[in-house]
Amino acid sequence: MKVVVKQVGKCYVGPDGQMMTALSDINLTIHDEEFVVLVGPSGCGKSTLLNMVGGLLSPTSGSIYVEGLETDRDPVVGMVFQEIGLFPWRTVFQNIAFGLEEMGLAKQEIAGRVQTNIELVGLQGFETSLPRQLSGGMRQRVGIARALAVKPDLLLMDEPFSALDAQTRTLMQEELLRLWTATRLSTLYVTHNIEEAVYLADRVVVLSRRPGRIIDVIDIDLPREGRDIGDYAVPFKNYANQIWQLIRKDAEDAIREGESA
Amino acid sequence: MSTLYRREVVNRLAFIDNKLPGWVSTLSLIGLIVLWEAVCRISSVPELYLPAPSAILTTGWNMLSSGELLINAEASLYRIIWGFVIGSVTGIVLGLATGFFTIAEAVGNPIVHALYPVPKIALLPLIILWLGIGEVSKITIISLGVFFPVIINTYSGVKHVDPLLIKAAVAFRASRINIIRKVILPGALPVIFAGLKLAAGTSLLLLVAAEMIAAKEGIGAMILHYGDLMLTTKLMVGVLALSLLGIAFNYLLNWLEKRLISWR
Repeated sequence: MKVVVKQVGKCYVGPDGQMMTALSDINLTIHDEEFVVLVGPSGCGKSTLLNMVGGLLSPTSGSIYVEGLETDRDPVVGMVFQEIGLFPWRTVFQNIAFGLEEMGLAKQEIAGRVQTNIELVGLQGFETSLPRQLSGGMRQRVGIARALAVKPDLLLMDEPFSALDAQTRTLMQEELLRLWTATRLSTLYVTHNIEEAVYLADRVVVLSRRPGRIIDVIDIDLPREGRDIGDYAVPFKNYANQIWQLIRKDAEDAIREGESA
Repeated sequence: MSTLYRREVVNRLAFIDNKLPGWVSTLSLIGLIVLWEAVCRISSVPELYLPAPSAILTTGWNMLSSGELLINAEASLYRIIWGFVIGSVTGIVLGLATGFFTIAEAVGNPIVHALYPVPKIALLPLIILWLGIGEVSKITIISLGVFFPVIINTYSGVKHVDPLLIKAAVAFRASRINIIRKVILPGALPVIFAGLKLAAGTSLLLLVAAEMIAAKEGIGAMILHYGDLMLTTKLMVGVLALSLLGIAFNYLLNWLEKRLISWR
């Protein structure tokens, strides 16, 4: 299955009543088993694009569709949010089960799938914990397990690690890579962190800001494991540099206009 | 050689953490009662104006064993429980609807806000005219008084549910009804409870008012009756009963809140 984003634009009315163009002329295809990372400065509309692909926002122009499903149905989408969005009144188990309940699966099937995914993200023993009892990294593991449990056709991740501290973030990136290698899901991943983009992606899509346009698409031609160490450390740095040069000016503008993520 | 001084750093915020033991609060209540008793015994304030706590307790015990207090308390409890349950359930259901569905919000909100400022007791004559002088009119007036704070709090609770949680539910394909059931209702519950506690006070007020206007039984009627007879001690027993009812009500709501919102 592949996801096609065709000639998509998004406008909205800004706080001063003026029309703002958040995104324009976006053409992008996410292929089967491909990990695509959207990277760009604050306010480039990368989260907007991800939400549109997830069916949580409608584009002003253009269209988004999936192709190559084996049956005539909506694609199953697994979503991971920056602020995680766990239901605070649900335990770890119940949070992971949420999407499965909505699919109308039998209790037994739900329990089995939840257990599998709890083990996958290494949260054994925390089934009955509430979100407030978990650390940020563990919460995001639950968020990822919730998204994987529905066996998605497409995995969407919106800056999933940006609220975590730097050490936890590094570990979670490694963890994600391991999970991804095991599942090989078509993935669209949004981040403002360039190293993270190069570390995870098959392809990095670089967005400019105001309006958000694709300024470059960079294939990361490095092995998936250990691409930031050893012989690959230099090309890794070069990729990161190349992307930084592309967005540097926009990022500086973003600071000047006092925008945060 | 000059002297060098040594100063220890102390926590200047310690006064904020300064905790008093629990018995201090209990003592303040006991102190008040003892003072009251003492004033009654030492001075010559007639019982008509200020009966002593001991006299109130003895009279209360007599009224309890004669069955008089129980009959009146039962009548009041029946009214307040039904009034509170009907008012709060409709308030929560309609509050969820007006908070969640734009059409219900557009239609319902102006009506709610137009009727909310009307002091509910002013409607009692009208309600008696419509529903007669029996139990139904009393339960209705209490329900009305409970309904408004509950619907308004439920509505604002729904509006304050973290939009991210709704987004997450939608992303995982929750149906409308499940969004309300699994996300909106639990998310709004803390604010709904604030409304229920507010409504508890209102319901007591309306109970007594309705019973004073039109009832043979009930604690409100009892208080009015003994007021007319200038039997102040018996009147005070009624006041004490109401205060105990209020405390029990509050305790029950707190207990329920703790159970339902244990995730916080």
